[in-house]
Amino acid sequence: MASQYVFIESRDPFDSPDTGFVADTATALHQGGRPVTVFLVQNGVLATRAAARGSHVRRLAEAGVTVLADDFSLRERGIEAGELSAGVRPASIDALVDLLVRPDTKTLWH
Amino acid sequence: MPDRTLTVALMDAPYEASASTTAFRIIASALAQGIHVNVFAYEGAVSLAMKDQAPHANPVKGTSVEQEEHPTTKDLVASLIELGRSEPRLTWVNCGLCVDERGAGHSVDGVKRGGPADFYKMAVESTTTLVIPTR
Repeated sequence: MASQYVFIESRDPFDSPDTGFVADTATALHQGGRPVTVFLVQNGVLATRAAARGSHVRRLAEAGVTVLADDFSLRERGIEAGELSAGVRPASIDALVDLLVRPDTKTLWH
Repeated sequence: MPDRTLTVALMDAPYEASASTTAFRIIASALAQGIHVNVFAYEGAVSLAMKDQAPHANPVKGTSVEQEEHPTTKDLVASLIELGRSEPRLTWVNCGLCVDERGAGHSVDGVKRGGPADFYKMAVESTTTLVIPTR
């Protein structure tokens, strides 16, 4: 069974250009046949607005990567479900923990 | 279902990074789901559990300590340790050298002293390990 990968992206893509590294790596792993989830948290959720220019989130979703956004972080920043880019799903911290403890899961925090 | 264990390495000092809050949420969620948790607090994160922290008033807003309800990380750590006192179990280990450097040895009850070898052992014996680095 192929490993699953969970990337936890906590950084704002508009002040951390290296968030592109996570998007590139997640996409490459997915294209290689691995299940990949990107979980956006803290300022990482600032990339989820559909109107955000230059966000890598749409690219991830279009590539087939599962993109989840921490519901608490969204509420803190006043981002509502109707504003989200296509392919982004709000998720709880419980959902993240459930992903983390699945067998053969590799997690990377950025 | 076999026992599951999540090991979390923390590095951020208190009151500086959102990652501390996220880590507390992850730990609380795991315990609520019946998952054992190990925490290895490294570098500035050893001060998260420092017992001498005190909530403060806010003179700018004119609020008292009671009105401010300032949350301290030592109270959050103590609450998590209480949640994980039996089953599931929370084990909190502070890096001893990091504690000595910072004079942060006065921790809330339940915090243990250890070193990177403890973290290695925790990671090897866990279902998964999450390292939350400083930025």
